[in-house]
Amino acid sequence: MNQLRSLFGTLTSSIRDLLPIVLVVAFFQLVVIQQPFPDLARVLTGLLLVVLGLAFFVRGLEQGLFPIGESIAYAFARKGNLFWLLLFAFALGFATTIAEPALTAVAGEAARIAADGGHIADDDKSRAGYALGLRITVALSVGVAILTGVYRIVRGWPIQYLIIAGYIGVVIMTVFAPPEIIGIAYDSGAVTTSTVTVPLVTALGVGLAESIKGRNPMVDGFGLIAFASLTPMIFVMGYGMII
Amino acid sequence: MELVMHMLSTGLSTITDVLPIVGVIFGFQLLVLRQMIPNMKSVMIGFAYVLVGLTLFLVGLEEALFPVGKLMAQQLTDPVFILGTVHVIGETLNWNDYGWVYLFAAAIGFSTTIAEPALIAVAIKANQISAGAISVWGLRIAVAIGAAVGIALGTFRIVTGMPLHYFIIGGYIIVVLQTAFAPRMIIALAYDSGGVTTSTVTVPLVTALGLGLASTIPGRSALLDGFGLIAFACLFPIMSVIAYAQIGEWWTKRQSRKQMEDDPDARD
Repeated sequence: MNQLRSLFGTLTSSIRDLLPIVLVVAFFQLVVIQQPFPDLARVLTGLLLVVLGLAFFVRGLEQGLFPIGESIAYAFARKGNLFWLLLFAFALGFATTIAEPALTAVAGEAARIAADGGHIADDDKSRAGYALGLRITVALSVGVAILTGVYRIVRGWPIQYLIIAGYIGVVIMTVFAPPEIIGIAYDSGAVTTSTVTVPLVTALGVGLAESIKGRNPMVDGFGLIAFASLTPMIFVMGYGMII
Repeated sequence: MELVMHMLSTGLSTITDVLPIVGVIFGFQLLVLRQMIPNMKSVMIGFAYVLVGLTLFLVGLEEALFPVGKLMAQQLTDPVFILGTVHVIGETLNWNDYGWVYLFAAAIGFSTTIAEPALIAVAIKANQISAGAISVWGLRIAVAIGAAVGIALGTFRIVTGMPLHYFIIGGYIIVVLQTAFAPRMIIALAYDSGGVTTSTVTVPLVTALGLGLASTIPGRSALLDGFGLIAFACLFPIMSVIAYAQIGEWWTKRQSRKQMEDDPDARD
């Protein structure tokens, strides 16, 4: 009974989460563009799936992803070996990014632009090579980002100086990078942080800040995602300059 | 039948997406930490919920929202539609003829951000740690307002053709100035909220909008100008979250001052 009630609660809040999007789409379709929905039955089935999916995801978040991230953070803090912790941080960042479908799409797009601009030969092989190189570059950059972010939490450095240094890096790279790569580089920062990575990495950071003496989870625990959205911009522009 | 196939293929790609993460976690658990996760069974069920949830979520979006939203983005940016709404004669359109596009950009930015699962996760966590000082909905609405402003401004940039990096660098300067005055506890969370705004729901719709705009406006190249909207959606939430914390702080101060004035005996 309790289970059922809590499931019902999750479902209602999922509906509330999705209501704005449904209202916006319906308003623009019916009032602004003034057209009926092309396939209403399909749209409604899809919406039902979205609501169910979100409810499952939120449930799994609290039961699966948060506990995993936290228990790993506690275990590393108990073990007290910085090298393994940093290696784990790097591996996690690299592994979550290399398989990210959004990144694969962006890398393919970038290869097409590079071929059009004459930077690489316009054939399948060199385009695929360019795209793979870009994916590895971004994955490396996210690995470095999570590593830096975790080291910051361990040391307790204030985040703003590192982020501002990163911004300066982005600005400097923008001056030297080929113009075609800039838009893609700026966007690539955003696509790296997927829906599974974010909760896991957040729980890791907060768990570390909670278990290291003298760290405040609110001040020190967040910020890993911020690094992961910043370093890809710098690395991708660097990649554009080298190739 | 088609739907079932779609679910299977999406489920499979979700699993391949998650596999490297699982590999790293278990590798380190077994080889380095030499321990198992506590409550293994419950955590595994939770992980399965995440996979099932994400799969249903993606399939549903692709069935219901993305086709309509993408078509809408194309129709709204179509010069025929824009000419029809502004009744201008002549061939050139000005930036102020794109009113519906800006409104759509803002509305879609706001509503997709509210539905973004990664943001829900971060908001839940922030609420837990701050012992309720940061409310789940307050944070989500603050981020969504930032994303709305950012994407609307991003479409304005595509329409006018101004260089992307001017806006981004200008935005950085504002963020740095705001950071100097922000309450310390919000800074890291604010920087994080930029990255979490844009994932599963926002990216496909916003990219369609950007590419649609860039390909219909004369003189814009879809490849050069179509990108960059996501970067806007990442930058502006940082500002709005810091602003949210500053307003909250100001409000609390005001309330406590008011309370003191109303009730002089309560002063200690």
